[in-house]
Amino acid sequence: MTSISKPRIPLATLPANEIGLTVRDYEGAMSTLCAGCGHDSVTAALVRSLFELSIPPHRIVKMSGIGCSSKTPTYFASGAHGFNSVHGRMAPIAAGANAANRSSIHIGISGDGDSLSIGAGHLVHAIRRNVRMLYVIENNGVYGLTKGQFSASADVGSTAKHGEANEVAPIDPVQLALSLGATFVARGFSGDKAQLVPILKAALEHRGFALVDVISPCVQFNNHVGSTKSYHYVRDHELKEIEQDFVPPMRETAARLPHGGTIVVTLPDGGRIRFGTLPEEYDPRDRGAALHYAAQAQQRGEIPTGVLFVDEGTRDIHELNSTPDEPLISLPFEALCPGADALARFQDGFQ
Amino acid sequence: MEPTDASNPQFYHRIVECQWACPAHTDVPEYIRLIAQGEYAQAYMLNRKTNVFPGILGRTCDRPCEPACRRTRVDGKSVAICRLKRVAADAKGAIASMLPSIPKEKNGKRIACVGAGPASLALANDLMPLGYEVTIFEAGAMPGGLMRSNIPAFRLPVEVLDDEIASIVDMGVDVRYASPIESLRSLLGEGFDAIFIGSGAPKGKDMELEGRSGDAATNIHIGIEWLQSVAFGHVTGIGGRVLVIGVGNTAMDCCRTALRIGGADVKVMARRPRRFFKASEWELEDAEEEGVEIVVNHAPSRFVTEGGKLVGVDFDILEWDEGARVSTKVGSAHFPCDDVILAVGQENAFSWVERDLGVDFDEWGMLIADPVTHQTTLPGVFVGGDAAWGPKNIVTAVAHAHAAAISINNFCEGVPVEERPEDGMTLSSQKMGLTQWSYYNDYNSSPRQAMEHVALAQRLSDLGLEVEVGFDSDQAAREVQRCLNCDVEPIFKANLCIECDACIDICPVQCLTIVQNEDDEGVLRSKLNAPTRNPNEPLYVSGPLPQTGQVMVQDEDLCVHCGLCAERCPTGAWNMEKFELNLAYLAMSKSRRKS
Ligand SMILES: Cc1cc2nc3c(=O)[nH]c(=O)nc-3n(C[C@H](O)[C@H](O)[C@H](O)COP(=O)(O)OP(=O)(O)OC[C@H]3O[C@@H](n4cnc5c(N)ncnc54)[C@H](O)[C@@H]3O)c2cc1C
Ligand SMILES: Cc1ncc(C[n+]2csc(CCOP(=O)(O)OP(=O)(O)O)c2C)c(N)n1
Ligand code: SF4
Ligand code: SF4
Ligand code: SF4
Ligand SMILES: [Mg+2]
Repeated sequence: MTSISKPRIPLATLPANEIGLTVRDYEGAMSTLCAGCGHDSVTAALVRSLFELSIPPHRIVKMSGIGCSSKTPTYFASGAHGFNSVHGRMAPIAAGANAANRSSIHIGISGDGDSLSIGAGHLVHAIRRNVRMLYVIENNGVYGLTKGQFSASADVGSTAKHGEANEVAPIDPVQLALSLGATFVARGFSGDKAQLVPILKAALEHRGFALVDVISPCVQFNNHVGSTKSYHYVRDHELKEIEQDFVPPMRETAARLPHGGTIVVTLPDGGRIRFGTLPEEYDPRDRGAALHYAAQAQQRGEIPTGVLFVDEGTRDIHELNSTPDEPLISLPFEALCPGADALARFQDGFQ
Repeated sequence: MEPTDASNPQFYHRIVECQWACPAHTDVPEYIRLIAQGEYAQAYMLNRKTNVFPGILGRTCDRPCEPACRRTRVDGKSVAICRLKRVAADAKGAIASMLPSIPKEKNGKRIACVGAGPASLALANDLMPLGYEVTIFEAGAMPGGLMRSNIPAFRLPVEVLDDEIASIVDMGVDVRYASPIESLRSLLGEGFDAIFIGSGAPKGKDMELEGRSGDAATNIHIGIEWLQSVAFGHVTGIGGRVLVIGVGNTAMDCCRTALRIGGADVKVMARRPRRFFKASEWELEDAEEEGVEIVVNHAPSRFVTEGGKLVGVDFDILEWDEGARVSTKVGSAHFPCDDVILAVGQENAFSWVERDLGVDFDEWGMLIADPVTHQTTLPGVFVGGDAAWGPKNIVTAVAHAHAAAISINNFCEGVPVEERPEDGMTLSSQKMGLTQWSYYNDYNSSPRQAMEHVALAQRLSDLGLEVEVGFDSDQAAREVQRCLNCDVEPIFKANLCIECDACIDICPVQCLTIVQNEDDEGVLRSKLNAPTRNPNEPLYVSGPLPQTGQVMVQDEDLCVHCGLCAERCPTGAWNMEKFELNLAYLAMSKSRRKS
């Protein structure tokens, strides 16, 4: 933990976004994570994404489970709503929150332990339901908070800090999500914000469940030689063939993509993802191909990053369930709770 | 861009902008920290080491450090560096035992100084500890030069002056009062090993206008002569209506003095618009607060007399172009008055220097001297202070003395005067624990503390009453925390960086960026996280980082030295280290004292 909080310096250099806030207005409490933890960089990328999208902090609901990664919500958007649940239970909390208030922006932050072990059952159902949310897995291959045991994402052969190698097959969140019908699947790296920020922005605008698996090294327990989730290893094995940029609605000129996009996917609000350099014949709209590509890359020991799959056509949780257009809070009491007579009539319908 | 070479002391010296701007290179942040710790005597001695007169300068310095202070970039107001110097001086207690010791056994070299102003006194202060015998010849009856004769006691109390001058004279300096040097030739004949000319610019400029001569002249005074007469008690009153011509710092002292000895309606008459005034803003404020009226765009054309008596001055009213270089007369005005004080500048007077000695003068009658060595065209004769390149200020006179001391020491030891010892530096880690520093690293948002002044009626009735009260302990405690510790530098070791971005994310001013290097500085600047505010501030650019070959860039212009980058860095690639400038003349005194 730092000796002081990050001071507010009244320098005139910080630009304001469309709603008059500076990037510092999207920060949270001081991080108590280890110095150099990848999770803090993910936090910084979230701060920047929310700032750049000019999202009012009070419209955000941030949720998490348990783990170092799950402490992230404390460190951004202190003006947002938040819920720090128990280990592995972020997904159902998020589904509930989203069902109740579809006008909020739901952000779930989890770890590889939180999501792929104890919370795996919840994750898969949130994907199936296409809960409209940004679901970030800060993936470091270990249980950081409990001192570095292998997690379910640890690669076979990757060694722990004291030398022993993992022998159990890993779960790749990207392949898992693709196989379950996720409508937005991406992978980023905490050490590359230039790529991570556009990924997060696109995911935040996606109409449905957006899974972003972020390789986020644990400097304390998993950043040594032999680990496949260290800063160095990821930089050596990262495949940035799939480069994309997110172009928000009406802001096309802000795009930073150097190569003219070869494929453009338009998001419901008018924002667009433009894909640049792609492996030949890769189509980020073809689930089967994406799955095949991810599996092959894994076999080769490569880590493809970028937005790997987008599907804007599938119905989200609200469309599937024909929920009202407004958040439940705005419904009159009688509509929400129509009383015993209405219940009786409803039940009669099943007879 | 090429990786920055930070091994040259000048790189970090430049970053400590207050110290860089100070002609004597006073270690400002360190003395401010000492004050914060309550170590007033040490803070005083650290000042004394470089600027020699902390009590005097803590009240009167021209403060070139303050406009340079980085705090200005953050909240618009510099740290009150000068006032804090006074805090150290006022609270220093007994420091006699900390003064440099003077060897009983002399080195056999005798140095003569002309004039006992700050330049000569500071020179004696540098040379006495080395065993030199210094003799100062002073025309007047007391030491201090213009500090005593012209700076009024309401700005600089006599006790402060006496105390600091005594600490030098008591080193055993042989001061000969009432001993004007009337011939350099005969002084050269007295067998001194070197001569230092510290005679100042003692002549006030006159104004040859219609009505200047004749009986009216008794009511037309030359500013610096008049101030001297007041200081030494020869003049004790002035007419009710006073016009001060000129608007430099001398004019400010004249008008404020006039108010205290009988002036009721005192006007300062300026040729140019206000933004072209020479006087410091704070002196103008003080004068106006006391009731002086400042009239702009008026140039005197005639002293008006009636029956041989001065009754007023006629002025041309001027209009100026943008840069106030070309004026046109647009009218005229008459201002009645009883007395006029001319404060339009000072001149040097070298009538006592024979022109056939090998000491050369330029076309304006100024001594020709080397700006680094201070040696005139006659080897062994040196010059400093106002005598060197015209009227400046006290701290400049002190800086000249330090430079001349190096030359004189070289000269006496047979070393070429051009062989200057080099400044050195030390960098010392401030790390005390994982996230603990030996300096107070938090940013403090206190506003600049306002100086309290003695009530108007009281100060105008007492010529010797110091106007500024000085900071009380609460104010001092708040003001010291405004310092950004610009001498505690984030120091980077590229080979340790793993590019985790922790420092980038934590920096409160976004002055760090990891980026692909560029040949062109402008292109590199355009890629930084925070836009460049000051393109003249050099960037720090590291060598290539091990994992990606990108570089770490720091825009020092924005840094507030909070140390958070170093606290968040997992590998110790960043560390906070205190820069200390080891000035050449201080090294000189150490090495000589040992031998
Ligand atoms: C009104 C006024 C106000 C000022 N206020 C400030 C201020 O607030 N802050 C600041 O930093 N500076 C101020 N200055 C400027 C400052 O006082 C001078 O820059 C400084 O004193 C110069 O020091 P010096 O040693 O070169 O010369 P001086 O201080 O001029 O000393 C020269 C000495 O040499 C003596 N002398 C001259 N000729 C001979 C000779 N032939 N033989 C023997 N002795 C001789 C003189 O009697 C005098 O004592 C002010 C100046 C004036 C006129
Ligand atoms: C029900 C329950 N079981 C076990 C734990 C202990 N526990 C805390 S965090 C954690 C794993 C965290 O790993 P991950 O989600 O990857 O987060 P990281 O710390 O690596 O970011 C475990 C097992 C717990 N808090 N609650
Ligand atoms: S233990 Fe690992 S995951 Fe947890 S804060 Fe430290 S570096 Fe980050
Ligand atoms: S000390 Fe480090 S973190 Fe603090 S302002 Fe300077 S560069 Fe930024
Ligand atoms: S915190 Fe240290 S290791 Fe991380 S990027 Fe900054 S300098 Fe490099
Ligand atoms: Mg983990």
